[in-house]
Amino acid sequence: MKILVTVKEVATVEDEFEIEGTEIADQYLGADLNEWDDYAIEEAVQLQEDGIADEVVTVTIGPEDCEQTVRQALAKGADRAVRVWDDALEDVDLLDVNAKTEILSAVIEAEDPDLVLSGVQAGDDSFGATGVSVAENLGFQWGAVVNHLEHDLEDGLASVRRELEGGVEELTDIELPAVLTIQTGINEPRYASLRGIRQAQQKPLDVQTLADIGVDESAIETELELTDMYEPESESDATFWEGSPDETASELGELLRDKGVAQ
Amino acid sequence: MTDVLAVADHRRGELRDVSYESITAGRELADETGGDLHIAVISGTVDDFADKLNRDGVDAIHTVSHGEEFNHDIYSQAITQLYDELAPQYVLTPNSVNGLDYAPAIANELDLPVVTDTVDLDNDGETLVATREMYGGKVETTTELEGDAVITIRGAEWPAAEGTGDATIEAFDADIDEDAIGSTVNGFEEVGGGDVDISEADLLVSVGRGIEEEENLDLIRDLADALGATLSSSRPIVDNGWLPKNRQVGQSGKVVTPDVYIAIGISGAVQHVAGMKGSDTIVAINTDPNAPIMDIADYAIVDDLFDVVPELIDEFDG
Repeated sequence: MKILVTVKEVATVEDEFEIEGTEIADQYLGADLNEWDDYAIEEAVQLQEDGIADEVVTVTIGPEDCEQTVRQALAKGADRAVRVWDDALEDVDLLDVNAKTEILSAVIEAEDPDLVLSGVQAGDDSFGATGVSVAENLGFQWGAVVNHLEHDLEDGLASVRRELEGGVEELTDIELPAVLTIQTGINEPRYASLRGIRQAQQKPLDVQTLADIGVDESAIETELELTDMYEPESESDATFWEGSPDETASELGELLRDKGVAQ
Repeated sequence: MTDVLAVADHRRGELRDVSYESITAGRELADETGGDLHIAVISGTVDDFADKLNRDGVDAIHTVSHGEEFNHDIYSQAITQLYDELAPQYVLTPNSVNGLDYAPAIANELDLPVVTDTVDLDNDGETLVATREMYGGKVETTTELEGDAVITIRGAEWPAAEGTGDATIEAFDADIDEDAIGSTVNGFEEVGGGDVDISEADLLVSVGRGIEEEENLDLIRDLADALGATLSSSRPIVDNGWLPKNRQVGQSGKVVTPDVYIAIGISGAVQHVAGMKGSDTIVAINTDPNAPIMDIADYAIVDDLFDVVPELIDEFDG
């Protein structure tokens, strides 16, 4: 069985930052492997270790800068990586769900996996829609917000648990091929070993343009336009206790005694 | 005219609150241009649901009686057929776990843009202005788009619709292709039971990502002991396996309403706040004065938890 994992490098933002136009100023931005994708990678690697998957391939949409993040996924155990980038993508402010769907679908069709694992959402733009959109586009089955996957995948079925709200899980069987969007907590993502990091440097990382994967530039024209970005107005009417830790702790102690919840 | 088709959310025989909230959001969108608000309610006891959904502002309710529980294939088929029949400008769904299981699929099927997790919506009949958060709530953004779209709305951002409406209620004869149904729901399970029920506690000491390492949890345990409080946490602590699921406060965990909730090193993501905003008094201890938790805190200490918590333990143990 072949598993494909979508991997995104997300932008991270410092606590204090400034906004320039509709972007956060560069100096306050960092980059990291999307937290949800980390769990998706781990699940795929565990399926390989359990002898269920033969090959784990990652696919990423992103510029050369994000190869360090792709190598992180390879260091954790993925076999090889595909990275799609194109000059036409450089100028796109917001790559919307439909554009991502077109690109990822083209790669998935070429790779022809049995199972695609995708993070529930990305930590930066948080659309939470791409995995399901890709599945529908390809005629794959799907399951959103999966927090448990049985590691047998027999009879062409994936038995999963979907994490609903309020501490309820839905037990569902999904026909393969399928896209599952993976929720945090499904496993405990490993840290890459030094050996893994060394090996990752030698693993294939295939870079493809839109033309290479057969996607027309017009297909990535986004219909959404980001028009404003601002810090939400603080609605805080909290009383801020100030002073040294022993002073603020004593204020809190007094409150707890006043409320009668601690003595 | 802007007609809106909003899809109700239900589970195990109960309509979920967001169903009533989407009536309010849908009405606001339709009102801009004098359009109609249609509600779709699919699977389960649809007639009973339709009566309950018939609140002020709803023009028509379409019931699709097929199966008991949510199945994304049935929802997708029914909604795309309703879209073809009614030609609404916007399809509005909840940004719930189930909403995210079909909204992107119908957008792809109908070749429409999808904008998810919106917290505010505005339109002038042509341009939709959707307000969303990015970077875990650090910023808000507006996104504009023209024409038809699929939109998901975040729960508890719009008030629930009230009153009794005079909507027409009609059964919609959706043509459901059983062969296209690729997943089967076999049941549900409540998780997070066990030795302690955090929703019963008067005083919760709740810990988040700010604790950094598993070993540091002992500090918070010591505080809970000193105060006679119950220990709870935000999601990352449970995801890391540092505390069991029954300690998790939030959307996918427990909803708690203690007399006092002390949030230690918790930034206050919306999913967490959904589980604890009903607490009588909220105290936040956090190094970041701009963390979202401050918006709902009654009292706050902007300082390092590793400096403040030992002092608080001394205060009660000493």
